[in-house]
Amino acid sequence: MDIVYTIWLRNVKRYLRSKSRIVGSLGMPLFFMLVLGFGLNSIVRIPGMEEGYLEFIIPGIVAMSVLFTSVFSGIQIIWDKQFGFLKETLVAPVSRLEIMIGQTLGGATTAVIQGLILMVFALFIGLQPAGITGFLVAVGFMALIGVTFTAFGIAIASRMEDMHGFQLIMNFVIFPIFGLSGALFPINSLPGWLRPLTLADPLTYGVEGIRYGLSGTAQVHPLASLAVMAACAVLMTVAGAYLFRKIQT
Amino acid sequence: MQAIDARNLTKSFGDLVAVDGISFSIASGEIFGLLGPNGAGKTTTISMLSTMQKPTSGTATVNGHDVVTREDDVRKSIGIVFQDQSLDEELTAYENMDFHGRLYRIGGEERRRRIGELLALVGLADRKDDLVKTYSGGMRRRLEIARGLLHEPKVLFLDEPTLGLDPQTRNHLWEYIARLNNEKGITIILTTHYMEEADRLCDRIAIVDRGTIVALDTAENLKHSIGGDVVTITSPDPDKIADLLTAPWVSGIERHDGSVTVRLQEADRHIPGIVTAIHQSGIGINSLSVRKPTLEDVFLHYTGKTIRDEEADGKETIRMFQRARRR
Ligand SMILES: Nc1ncnc2c1ncn2[C@@H]1O[C@H](COP(=O)(O)OP(=O)(O)OP(=O)(O)O)[C@@H](O)[C@H]1O
Ligand SMILES: [Mg+2]
Repeated sequence: MDIVYTIWLRNVKRYLRSKSRIVGSLGMPLFFMLVLGFGLNSIVRIPGMEEGYLEFIIPGIVAMSVLFTSVFSGIQIIWDKQFGFLKETLVAPVSRLEIMIGQTLGGATTAVIQGLILMVFALFIGLQPAGITGFLVAVGFMALIGVTFTAFGIAIASRMEDMHGFQLIMNFVIFPIFGLSGALFPINSLPGWLRPLTLADPLTYGVEGIRYGLSGTAQVHPLASLAVMAACAVLMTVAGAYLFRKIQT
Repeated sequence: MQAIDARNLTKSFGDLVAVDGISFSIASGEIFGLLGPNGAGKTTTISMLSTMQKPTSGTATVNGHDVVTREDDVRKSIGIVFQDQSLDEELTAYENMDFHGRLYRIGGEERRRRIGELLALVGLADRKDDLVKTYSGGMRRRLEIARGLLHEPKVLFLDEPTLGLDPQTRNHLWEYIARLNNEKGITIILTTHYMEEADRLCDRIAIVDRGTIVALDTAENLKHSIGGDVVTITSPDPDKIADLLTAPWVSGIERHDGSVTVRLQEADRHIPGIVTAIHQSGIGINSLSVRKPTLEDVFLHYTGKTIRDEEADGKETIRMFQRARRR
């Protein structure tokens, strides 16, 4: 536990220290929230929902921010590799599993903080706080998304030599995961052929879970979302730990 | 007890045999040097001994623990300063030390005390709360050495500890390394390109070339082993001089551009004879010098290169440059 905490602490310290990264990665989600939210608010009606489009996408954008931050945190291992710091960790008498779990929890923590900052912004543009329980449910789902995708980032980073492949992963894995999830549109309104893809996308359940927490309604039962997200978090952590065990400096 | 015992240690990367069946042992409390040109396999050897890479074949023990089957015991008993920097630049010096101390499970009070002591020892106490990215190369190196000592290892690996440091800092570090060895009895294995460093610090030196140990002994014995004094003659016609000196007491001749290096025992007795012989053949002499062999001569003898040739190939400079650019 000490070791996990040590690694976690380093990740969180680095994150809190990099003001430009915090501000920088708020840019895109805020942009989405403002442009899509306000731009489409008056013309888009979500069937069967009271609130406008803006309220609808806030959980989706929070999930997006958590997704990007966590993948990025996981991938950062490549920098540790390039800057040599990874060697310092790997030569210590600690197990790779402890290192990996510390990294995962550290990445998930920073991702949740990032999501929380965004939620605070959202309060100013129309998010109606739905009570403390709902808020905690939302944070819980953010944490699960964070763990899943930090572990995913670590798995990728364990196999990559440098950052060249990063763009590829972003364009062909992360953006589709975001786009196919129900972050920007209700899953019921999808054409039939796209539905299976959306339902196979783990982020869909994360978004639905956060949405349930923040607005009290969701298209997927919250317990089903919880079961899927928790399973993904465990599976990704196992896969990440397996690949990280073989990492070469 | 032997601090390190390597038996036929081998590491291949595909077709390339980086370390080719080397065997040696290092006694507890010894300072042992690995000296060799770029790509000789020094870092790879250290990587295997420090459990960072698995040997392709062969075995090694560190403090009695096998490097493959008892990884964790080896890791607990060693400290290492890698050739390339391995600090977190976004953390302060103190935080880097603290991270290390926690990884090695040193308790809070003890950890703070040792970090304070070590940072003072390497002269960084007053900069301990500055981010490492604001440090100079020498300060970083000193911090890494302090960090490697935090968990009081029995064996310390130093891979080119003074690379890129100014002479003053280098001297300072040498004194410090010698003191560590003296006062705490820490066994030290260091790799270096600096002859002077190996000569001054090491009890024994292994000269490594192309993955094998080509010579292993004390600096004194190594210098003896190459056949006495060194006479360097510069001349417009060095080849003819080399052909001329065939006497049995000449133990070695090397031709260079514009000069020839002759090795022989008791040079002072033979010099008059050599000069006369050259003179009689009508060959000119520009200059002639006699000196005791240095470690550089030993290196040249065993690896066929001078360390200067090697520096000229620029690998070291490129490496430093790449590192600087990454920051
Ligand atoms: N991970 C690797 N993959 C492939 N080849 C490698 C790897 N590591 C080292 N080598 C090769 O093994 C040989 C020995 O390298 P090593 O780093 O041990 O040399 P060295 O003696 O430390 O040299 P230097 O003085 O430049 O640090 C070199 O030819 C190098 O290219
Ligand atoms: Mg090396």
